Amino acid sequence: MLAINNIEVIYDHVILVLKGVSLEVPQGRIVALLGGNGAGKTTTLKAISNLLRSERGEVTKGSIEYKGERIDRSSPSELVRRGVVQVMEGRHCFQHLTVEENLLTGAFTRSASRAQIAQDLEKVYAYFPRLKVRRKSQSGYTSGGEQQMTAIGRALMAQPNMILLDEPSMGLAPQVVEEIFEIVKDLNSKEGVSFLLAEQNTMVALRYANYGYILENGRVVMEGDAENLRTNEDVKEFYLGLSSAGRKSFRDAKHYRRRKRWLA
Amino acid sequence: MQFFFEVLIGGLLAGVMYSLVALGFVLIYKASGVFNFAQGAMVFLAALTFVGLQEKFGLPLWGAFPLTLGVMVLLGIGIERVVLRPLVNQPQITLFMATIGLAFFLEGVAQLVWGTEVRRLDLGLQDEPIESVMERFNLLISKFDLVAALVAGLLVAVLAVFFNKTRIGRALRAVADDHQAALAVGIPLKQIWAIVWSVAGFVALVAGLLWGARNGVQFALTFVALKALPVLILGGFESVLGAIVGGLIIGASEKLAEVYLPSLMSDFLLKHYDISINLAGIEGWFAYMLALVFLLVRPEGLFGERHIDRV
Ligand SMILES: Nc1ncnc2c1ncn2[C@@H]1O[C@H](COP(=O)(O)OP(=O)(O)OP(=O)(O)O)[C@@H](O)[C@H]1O
Ligand SMILES: [Mg+2]
Repeated sequence: MLAINNIEVIYDHVILVLKGVSLEVPQGRIVALLGGNGAGKTTTLKAISNLLRSERGEVTKGSIEYKGERIDRSSPSELVRRGVVQVMEGRHCFQHLTVEENLLTGAFTRSASRAQIAQDLEKVYAYFPRLKVRRKSQSGYTSGGEQQMTAIGRALMAQPNMILLDEPSMGLAPQVVEEIFEIVKDLNSKEGVSFLLAEQNTMVALRYANYGYILENGRVVMEGDAENLRTNEDVKEFYLGLSSAGRKSFRDAKHYRRRKRWLA
Repeated sequence: MQFFFEVLIGGLLAGVMYSLVALGFVLIYKASGVFNFAQGAMVFLAALTFVGLQEKFGLPLWGAFPLTLGVMVLLGIGIERVVLRPLVNQPQITLFMATIGLAFFLEGVAQLVWGTEVRRLDLGLQDEPIESVMERFNLLISKFDLVAALVAGLLVAVLAVFFNKTRIGRALRAVADDHQAALAVGIPLKQIWAIVWSVAGFVALVAGLLWGARNGVQFALTFVALKALPVLILGGFESVLGAIVGGLIIGASEKLAEVYLPSLMSDFLLKHYDISINLAGIEGWFAYMLALVFLLVRPEGLFGERHIDRV
């Protein structure tokens, strides 16, 4: 459904960040985009949702297609209308708006009736009961987990086909992370929403995703079924910090050699 | 005591006029974080266009009003196109400088089109005491001031509903909070900015009519914007309510200070230090001094949004 073809992204006309990234998100799937700090995950998601332009970034090569049509030139607002919504890294709730107002802004692009919107709101609350309790609170004063839920709920109010979800686990306690990923899985199976999920938390992401790509330095260095990636020795070693011989230090020589091989 | 109330009420009503101007600033500051230096010029342009249209085409009030409003809306859309859009992603200070340029441009254009002489603006409202109030309470309350206050009150109520209860209003507040996130949920910033500037144009028109009717439509109207500054510092730059309360406080305290402070102060100085000075004209600077004190005590203003720091 979403296909990225060999894209290059440049910030400020000079900083080359993505160096030919290709990936695909088939309908109804959860695809994980993994990699460390500065690998280019966020940049990839913003290239798709076209939020790059507002950060002086630009896709200079390659193409992005959604449902068989080029979307490189569509505005973020058009994309939301067509069903692609990004949930930004760090949640970005509207802090001075209440939780419920935040959710309502998500429906901005829709010309649905009041009753329809109210119904969708209830649906979001059904997925995130905690938000219903907090609905009158200013979202700036809610917890990190609640803000992440608000951000996802807000995206849901646009009735998306695909959500680009950027590091939902950031700064959250493990149980909350589980809770959120469970809801993501539910949304995927019950509402048929596809997800492209950028995560540093490789372990959790691969448990919930169907397929994964590993990004390093603006290139895809590895891809495969989540199952395979999870059991892959290299992935285990580099991203999970485990190997058959036990934990390895980051400076390990072997580590370095393998890394070299990937980047080649 | 009678006299005290008269001064107080007169001050409060005059304060409403300040609020009206401050309101225009608040709208734009809320949605785009820009201090719009051109707000005063917009007030001037609106008032001048209004009387200009009346004179040239012999239009009645209700004919010139929608036409002028149309001009202000077009202006809002034009400003988004020509000034704001090319400056997206530039630092706030660049935008602020752009509004300074805009102020001179608007002042120039207004005078080029309509000429530079002072004009009378007649809204059919007399600046005379209301008789019934005078008979019953023995207070002198200006009819003009009262109507102006009512208009301002109505305007604020409409704006409050607009901001809090409508889809567009909510989007405006969302944009004010977080541009990036607003873009991400599909709110088109360009459209929102055009709307905000149009609404600010509408507020400028109302302010321009009231101020113009009171002082005459002339270049000095652009300076009413300066009176809005202390109001904003007192009330907070982001708050519609702050603009109102700030205006009331400034209006009332400045009138009371003008009336009572000089005699109090000079008596005091004469008695204790044997100095005699003339403290008349305190009204001109009292508001700024009050604002300065406030800036030291509570920089975000009475109703300004506190920045929510949470990680
Ligand atoms: N607006 C920008 N201007 C210039 N360079 C940028 C900009 N945004 C990101 N970069 C650079 O692009 C590279 C990739 O950043 P990106 O945010 O995509 O990484 P990421 O994989 O999302 O990292 P993280 O896991 O830390 O969020 C980094 O080296 C970063 O410094
Ligand atoms: Mg990132």
